[in-house]
Amino acid sequence: MQYNWKGCVPTVWDTVFPYLLSGISVGGQYALIAIGYTMVYGILRLINFAHGDVFMVAGIVMVYIAASGLPLWLCIPLVLLITVGIGFLIERVAYKPLRSAPRMSVMISAIGVSYTLQNLVLYITGGLNKQYPTIPWISETVVIGPAKTKLVTVVTPFLVILLVFALVTLINKTKIGMAMRAVSKDFETSQLMGIKINNVISATFIIGSFLAGVGSVLYFTNYPTVIQTSGAMPGLKAFVAAVFGGIGSIPGAVIGAFIIGVMENIIKGLDVILFKAGITSGPLGLATFSDAFTFALLIIILVVKPTGLFGEKVTDKV
Amino acid sequence: MNGEQKLQTPQEVKNVLRLENITMQFGGVVAINNLSLDVNQGEIVALIGPNGAGKTTAFNCVTGVYEPTNGKVYFNGRVIVANHPNGKMARQYGGINGEMYLKEKPVVHTPDKITGMGIARTFQNIRLFSSQTAFDNVLIATHLRRTSNMLTATFRLNAREEKRNREKTTELLEIVGLSDVANEKATSLPYGKQRRLEIARALATGPTLLLLDEPAAGMNPQETDELGEFIVDIKNRFNLTVFMIEHHMNLVMDISDRIYVLDFGKQIAEGTPEEIQKNPVVIAAYLGVEDE
Amino acid sequence: MKTTKSKAPMIVTIVVIAAIYAAVFIAEQILPPTSMLFTVLKKGATYALVAVSMNLLNGFTGIFSLGQAGFMLIGAYVYGIFTIPLEARPQVYQYFDGGLVQFTVPLVIAMIFSGLAAAFFAFLIGLPVLRLKSDYLAIATLGFAEIIRAIFQWNGLGPVTNGSNMLRSFPTFNDFNITDGQGNVTVYLSTLVPFIMSGVCILLIVLLIHSSYGRALKAIRDDEVAAEAMGINLAHHKRLAFCVSSFFAGVGGAMLAMYQTTVQAKSFTSAMTYEILLIVVIGGIGSVTGSVLSSFLFVACSEWWLRFLDEKQMIGDFEVPLLRNGFRLVVFSLIIMIVVLFFRRGIMGDRELWDLKFSGKERKRRAKE
Repeated sequence: MQYNWKGCVPTVWDTVFPYLLSGISVGGQYALIAIGYTMVYGILRLINFAHGDVFMVAGIVMVYIAASGLPLWLCIPLVLLITVGIGFLIERVAYKPLRSAPRMSVMISAIGVSYTLQNLVLYITGGLNKQYPTIPWISETVVIGPAKTKLVTVVTPFLVILLVFALVTLINKTKIGMAMRAVSKDFETSQLMGIKINNVISATFIIGSFLAGVGSVLYFTNYPTVIQTSGAMPGLKAFVAAVFGGIGSIPGAVIGAFIIGVMENIIKGLDVILFKAGITSGPLGLATFSDAFTFALLIIILVVKPTGLFGEKVTDKV
Repeated sequence: MNGEQKLQTPQEVKNVLRLENITMQFGGVVAINNLSLDVNQGEIVALIGPNGAGKTTAFNCVTGVYEPTNGKVYFNGRVIVANHPNGKMARQYGGINGEMYLKEKPVVHTPDKITGMGIARTFQNIRLFSSQTAFDNVLIATHLRRTSNMLTATFRLNAREEKRNREKTTELLEIVGLSDVANEKATSLPYGKQRRLEIARALATGPTLLLLDEPAAGMNPQETDELGEFIVDIKNRFNLTVFMIEHHMNLVMDISDRIYVLDFGKQIAEGTPEEIQKNPVVIAAYLGVEDE
Repeated sequence: MKTTKSKAPMIVTIVVIAAIYAAVFIAEQILPPTSMLFTVLKKGATYALVAVSMNLLNGFTGIFSLGQAGFMLIGAYVYGIFTIPLEARPQVYQYFDGGLVQFTVPLVIAMIFSGLAAAFFAFLIGLPVLRLKSDYLAIATLGFAEIIRAIFQWNGLGPVTNGSNMLRSFPTFNDFNITDGQGNVTVYLSTLVPFIMSGVCILLIVLLIHSSYGRALKAIRDDEVAAEAMGINLAHHKRLAFCVSSFFAGVGGAMLAMYQTTVQAKSFTSAMTYEILLIVVIGGIGSVTGSVLSSFLFVACSEWWLRFLDEKQMIGDFEVPLLRNGFRLVVFSLIIMIVVLFFRRGIMGDRELWDLKFSGKERKRRAKE
């Protein structure tokens, strides 16, 4: 007979808890990416398909900078700086020239950027898995109740809440934040009111990339290999989170991300959980559906409530 | 013409379009407030009013683009749109407890269904198919009355129908005087021609009621006069009933049989052109009332 | 009046296409079958069909769908499931007792099944998804493709789909070669047959586009509100375009299976859809000719002409810098970005082979626009 951490017979809760915990953690990391999607969508009405790849590039940059022998406390700010620079450049090169083009063109451009970033990383790394450097403190192992995990799992949700709080303050209290709100309400009018649209858009991309950079440090500490396709799935899921929460809404994106992170991890562990709970007698292979679930959720939410949990309704004029 | 003969005996007046207590609310904004009106067979009826009075919204309620908050639309005596609010708003519109409408089911049709019934429209801000030629713009509208399905169309088993549609298109373009520009891209045409093309396109759907949304917008006086003659001409030729929104008062007064005036979503006057011209309420709405 | 169109461009087009088919047939008999040319032609023909089917949706109907890989996956699997010879099944389905399906159907029937299965799934997913606006629709179809991928990999369906293991041993393009008794090839048809398959399908799509229905689809692309006001049932026509496009994507998937000789769900990623989308963009959104041309160009560049970029090259004693594995794709991405940003009309814009008239009148008309 096995005994759990309290010395009692393990309960279903003991099985569920670790999955729940890592779900919250991954959810927090998705949240940081989702904010980038939701802000860009709010302002440009563009799904920035390349955002997930910016997140991946941040991981790769970290790998190479750490390998160069710089001390880690210097690496992280440097990585964030470079990520911000990349986000800014992408907007200037690939989206700005298409400001007056049809929406489909911009979306195609975004897909093109995503393709380019992935191929560039493939070329640099030779298509090999790269080991993410171990960041001290947050990589330490801790035991919480029935779960053994890295400290980053615990730190993530708090850091996310802190960052979101800072961001909301920025948007509500500063001049640039006010400009952002104005632009997302009405692009043309705010331009006529003298708001420098390009600066606002750049600021949006900078904030989004910065958060994606932070997200990448946390994410890859948990899943420490980086390859050119590492960003695709987290990117898509973060986007789903943004839609789920109501695209354009920051709190919505964060809540959506947490929900998706938790659900996804529960499904990953569903086989084990169901088995431990005595409901099934063997593996069903349900973990295959952890990604598919996210998209099923997306389709359901789009059909039932396209504006998401907190989104505003937009009506078209005929 | 047949239509005119019918009109001469008043007892044969046949109602084509009837709006009954139509109200359209967008959030807190009441775009149309309890509008009722009638358009009879063979008439040209104009809907006028200052900008933002809710005229286009009324068209959109008739053609199924919007679902009105309350009210009914009849077409040839048949209900084509009906909606009644429930909950709190029911009291406002349906009697003390909303019991008036409790037993009635809403009727909703998509715009294409309504066009299929015989109501065609043009748009205030011209909406032609931008990548298509003038000819194809009209030809597309003949798709509605098709008897082919996708397979017979793909394998060209509908050649006779296709030929008939092309002939009809050619004829329509001739009628609106656009034969010479049939192969030009629709959006490269001058403004006035685009408006005529929109009318030709609407006619190609085979309507009995034509809704024109500001057909003379952006035209000079001479073009406007020509347009007036043109509208009367097609009305007679195709045995149509015309319901139009227009700002050019000369045009409205020249060709309309009756006029409805809207202001802030409410009907403020109804009558023949002569009556409307003398109506003090209308004059006040257009010119504003001086404060005492 | 325009209605009497000149027949000359049509005749030229037919002659050009016939000449291409003849050239393919002759080349196949003369050149060694291992030549890179044939790899490119086979894969190009497959991609051409898929690209045109995507163009029908994205270019002609204005529905921005990113589900192509999912429909190809369905097509490829259905083809495999119905054509793997019975004697090979115990080996292919070794973990699932030889599988559940214990019969085969002729190849052409299997291809039609592929298309029908894809169209059926398109119908199901189209009911909710086609009501969505442009970018939501894109992401929902992308998600749908991911769901399909997960379902086909699920071991619970293993007796049918072979779970996460690959399907193989089904007839491939090489089986179209005519052999004599000893297994020597007498007539090479392994490139011509995919050309014919793809050609027939594309011809059908072109016929559809130029029918009354095709015009209605273009009207929807140009202005949904006006199209609906002209009596075009949006839901019906969009669903139609979606199902037809998916049908041919499914057939394209079956062809891809024949080309690859094996099928595995995990290779049908969103990256594959992106690739096809970029082919469509390079060819010109709204041009069938463009999609076909760019498919062959794309495949030729990625499989053949730009291969040298992936290897060390010496010019005399000088080693050309940067060249190593993956550089081809970088160059490729940059070319694509340049097309997307600066040549948005792609190779053909929205013109077709038969629109390419070189008379002065036509040119004047273009200049005027």
